[in-house]
Amino acid sequence: MNDREAENIYEPDSGKSVLRASNLSKQVSSPEGPLTILDDINLEIFGGEAVALIGESGAGKTTLLALLAGLDKPSTGKVWLCGEDLTALNEDGRALLRGRNVGFVFQSFHLVPSLTALENVMLPLELAEDPTARERAAEALESVGLQDRRRHYPKQLSGGEKQRVAIARAFVSRPAVLFADEPTGNLDTASGDRVADLVFDLNKQLKTTLVLVTHDRVLAGRCDRVLELAAGRLIT
Amino acid sequence: MKGFLFAIKSLLRDLRAGELSVLLVAIVVAVSAMTAVGFFTDRVGRAIKFQASAVLAADLVIRSPASIEPSFLGEARELGLETAESMSFLTMALSGDDNVLTIVNAVTEGYPLRGELLVSEAMFEQTTTATGVPDPGKGWAEPGLIGRLNINVGDVISIGAREILITRVLEYQPNDAGGGMTNLAPGLMVNLEDVPSFDVIRPGSRATYREMFAGDEAQIRELRKNIEATDLGSARVRGVEDAGEQINAAIDRAQRFLTLASLVTVILAAVATAMAARRYALRHLEGVALMKSMGATQRVIQRNTLTQLAIVILGTAAIGSALGYFAQGALVVLAADLLKVSLPDTSLAAGALGLITAATITIGFALPHLLALKNTAPIRVLRNDLPPPALRSGITYGIAIATLLLLIYSIVRDLTLLIFIAGGLASVALLAVAGGWVLVKGFAQFRGAAGVAWRYGLANISRRGRESVVQVVAFALSLMVLLLLTVVRTDILEEWRQTIPADAPNYFLINIEPESWPGIESFFREEMNTTPDFLPFIRGKLVRINGTPADEAEFTDPRGANFIRREANLTWRAELPESNKIEAGEWWGDDFEGEIQVSLEGGLARSLKVGIGDTLGFSVGGEEFDAPVTSLRTVEWDSMQPNFFVMLSPGIVRELPQTYVASVFVPPEKRRLLNQFVRAFPGVTLLDLEVILGQVRMVIERASLSVEYVFLFTLIAGIMVLLAAIQATRDERRFESALLHTLGASRSKILQGVAIEFITLGGLAGVLAALGATAVGYVLAEQIFDLDYVINPTLWLIGLLVGMVVVGVTGTLATRKAVSEPPVLVLREG
Repeated sequence: MNDREAENIYEPDSGKSVLRASNLSKQVSSPEGPLTILDDINLEIFGGEAVALIGESGAGKTTLLALLAGLDKPSTGKVWLCGEDLTALNEDGRALLRGRNVGFVFQSFHLVPSLTALENVMLPLELAEDPTARERAAEALESVGLQDRRRHYPKQLSGGEKQRVAIARAFVSRPAVLFADEPTGNLDTASGDRVADLVFDLNKQLKTTLVLVTHDRVLAGRCDRVLELAAGRLIT
Repeated sequence: MKGFLFAIKSLLRDLRAGELSVLLVAIVVAVSAMTAVGFFTDRVGRAIKFQASAVLAADLVIRSPASIEPSFLGEARELGLETAESMSFLTMALSGDDNVLTIVNAVTEGYPLRGELLVSEAMFEQTTTATGVPDPGKGWAEPGLIGRLNINVGDVISIGAREILITRVLEYQPNDAGGGMTNLAPGLMVNLEDVPSFDVIRPGSRATYREMFAGDEAQIRELRKNIEATDLGSARVRGVEDAGEQINAAIDRAQRFLTLASLVTVILAAVATAMAARRYALRHLEGVALMKSMGATQRVIQRNTLTQLAIVILGTAAIGSALGYFAQGALVVLAADLLKVSLPDTSLAAGALGLITAATITIGFALPHLLALKNTAPIRVLRNDLPPPALRSGITYGIAIATLLLLIYSIVRDLTLLIFIAGGLASVALLAVAGGWVLVKGFAQFRGAAGVAWRYGLANISRRGRESVVQVVAFALSLMVLLLLTVVRTDILEEWRQTIPADAPNYFLINIEPESWPGIESFFREEMNTTPDFLPFIRGKLVRINGTPADEAEFTDPRGANFIRREANLTWRAELPESNKIEAGEWWGDDFEGEIQVSLEGGLARSLKVGIGDTLGFSVGGEEFDAPVTSLRTVEWDSMQPNFFVMLSPGIVRELPQTYVASVFVPPEKRRLLNQFVRAFPGVTLLDLEVILGQVRMVIERASLSVEYVFLFTLIAGIMVLLAAIQATRDERRFESALLHTLGASRSKILQGVAIEFITLGGLAGVLAALGATAVGYVLAEQIFDLDYVINPTLWLIGLLVGMVVVGVTGTLATRKAVSEPPVLVLREG
């Protein structure tokens, strides 16, 4: 855990501002001229908080998530992630910042098909050149109850199991912020509930800040705060 | 270091998942083909260099059809060089009732100055290096002569008027001894002092005289300068540097073919590699985006890619070179009869070619696709409908093509040939793309013509427009190789074989004195009921061109200068031989008897810069005459008929000193009568053409067999292109069929659609392939084999059918699994 002690690493649950967006807009060009997807978004999320982003399809939830995580660049405005101005960094700078502070859970799981469950969980640790990758990944798999599935490939796992592997992968590097994009969207109710429980449990346990994009108002209700987007603007 | 470990680990994971199979096999095949041929040509090349001195038996040799001034020998001894002399000629060796044509090599003490003679005391005994040469009256016979005469060491044989005691078996002597005729007859080595007593060398007889020199390199150079400064007449000087010419045409031609075959393999493999790398990159977009979302920088992704490619290069180079080394062993066995030299061991240097090939293909064709991966947008993890990162294709493929051209040049080392190959490749590619586009677009119109499976299949072809063109071109390339290997090759080989007619004469009679001709003619008429054809043989030298001494003329083509330097073989005859065609002027006609006229072979006329109406002056046995050139001819040199550069009209040339050459067909059951013939006409040399014909046939078979063998690699590379092309659309197909399944289409309906698509693509590709194979076959036949290529009309039908069957079956089988996966699994993967 030497990385954690280095500078620029954000301590979870510090009560400080972890994520801040100011005057954030995103426009794209379309055949009918420029199209505004996000318009003048201002928000602030604090360490250890669980925040839900809700809204209709096309409201701009996923775009906002991408900008907050530094996966895309805003047209105007700024984003600070763990104290660093994302908009001042180049793509590699944003990647390094994500590597140290961010975890993801996606709707479509995004497991690498050629890797086993264990190897998928090891991936972020291997990228950070962690020598204990295997042991830590095995622990993480155990914490989501999939120790028996270590050697299974993604195609040998059910949807719920895949998402649990993805959750183990997201938490294994102990990120300050976890971004979850419709984590239960592709799952049946029972599997969805189990996955949601896991995300909230681990979030509490590891004191991670959670940003959750969802349609599901029940799931959103489990968060500390709900932000609603409509036509690219925050309405709550 | 850990980064490299991660790169290696992910490479191993991709290997395990089979993501890299086509790419790796393609590169390994290319490396094997290149190194197999590279190892082989390297060994042959070094063998030739190494043996050049030994072949000459000296460092410098003067060769002449007439005896040579002895003054050079004195000069050489003064320079401190070693010297020796020899003389070789064909004659009959007799023992009891048996007679065999032998090539006598009569030598002085000291021969050979370079290389060695290997002898044994009896047949099949231990071989040792000989010291000295045979004493006068004694001879060393090659095993072939001992066998054919049915004698043993210690027996006596007759050469002309002299008896020679065979004292040893001559296992090996320098190749040059027979002057290119070693293949024709077994050799006999005697002492030069014995030659006058044989009484077989008469004026006009064919013999080769040699003066040989060996010693210090600088001194040899000085001697050569002095020798070349004097008028040598028809003699020629040969040094070690000229002896490379010793590689006979068959090996040269086979080597060119092998190299071309390996090049085609490399090009096909490059195409397969590019296609496989593109698919690999497309399949890894999500993975890279995911790694970026987890914090991997572009540098990390790039380091990963470069490390993996470096391992791929080293791995494929090692495996391919090892396979190439073993393959080369088989090539040596196949070509053993062509080479007639023992090969040195393979050199590791040829292995470097494997590394260069692997690096060229990987860097030129896989790297651009894989490096572009680092530019994948990380937002892809949320939105997978984004287009893949753009490839700077202008630069990357520019580099690829430049590297490939360099590689080709390093092998062919001939700018014209490089331009020829590059131009050919570019036009094949352009034509294929244009043809593929026209066919794909044209077929789109038929989609409404039949049932739903047809509509689905044909709609797929036109919807995937660009991919379909790429697939058609890739299929066409591999089918073209297939057609070339089977149909076109057989056509060309057949064409080649037919150049030797079945009723060809099987004996040549040479060194016939004109006055003994009536006796010879009546012998064959009475004993065998046949009349041999004869051709006069006149040794003459070109001395004047349009009244000006020939040695004052300047030639741009060295062939012209060579021709006036030595005596040439001339002939006269009334009718134009069948293997000759008039390209300019007029033949003098069968009954011509006027002033002498000259007919020249067209190529020689151009080298000499003369044409119709120019006057040439010849010197024959001291007599000189001038005659106008009245016709130019094209000659089929490989017709197995005696052919001449210079032909004279009949008439007073009959009075010039000359010998006759005759050819005759002797049926096998009458061969024994030839013994009587040899006794009746001892001065006449009898040449058994069966042996030569057999050898020519064997050379053709062996050369084509080794080329075929290397083409096996080409075939595998072609199959790799086929597989890569099928794989390219496999993921898309898998998803589509799952979707169609879900919408209620039966498995067989979907399979029908897929089959129709592949059969159509295969048919289109087959037509393109037939076009390509015909063009390549034409170029091969006309430019390399000098044969008239007859276009095979069935090739089109074969191309169409083979394309439909091969591509249809492989494509459908390879996609069958994808089509039959339960749709829920595929759709859930999303």
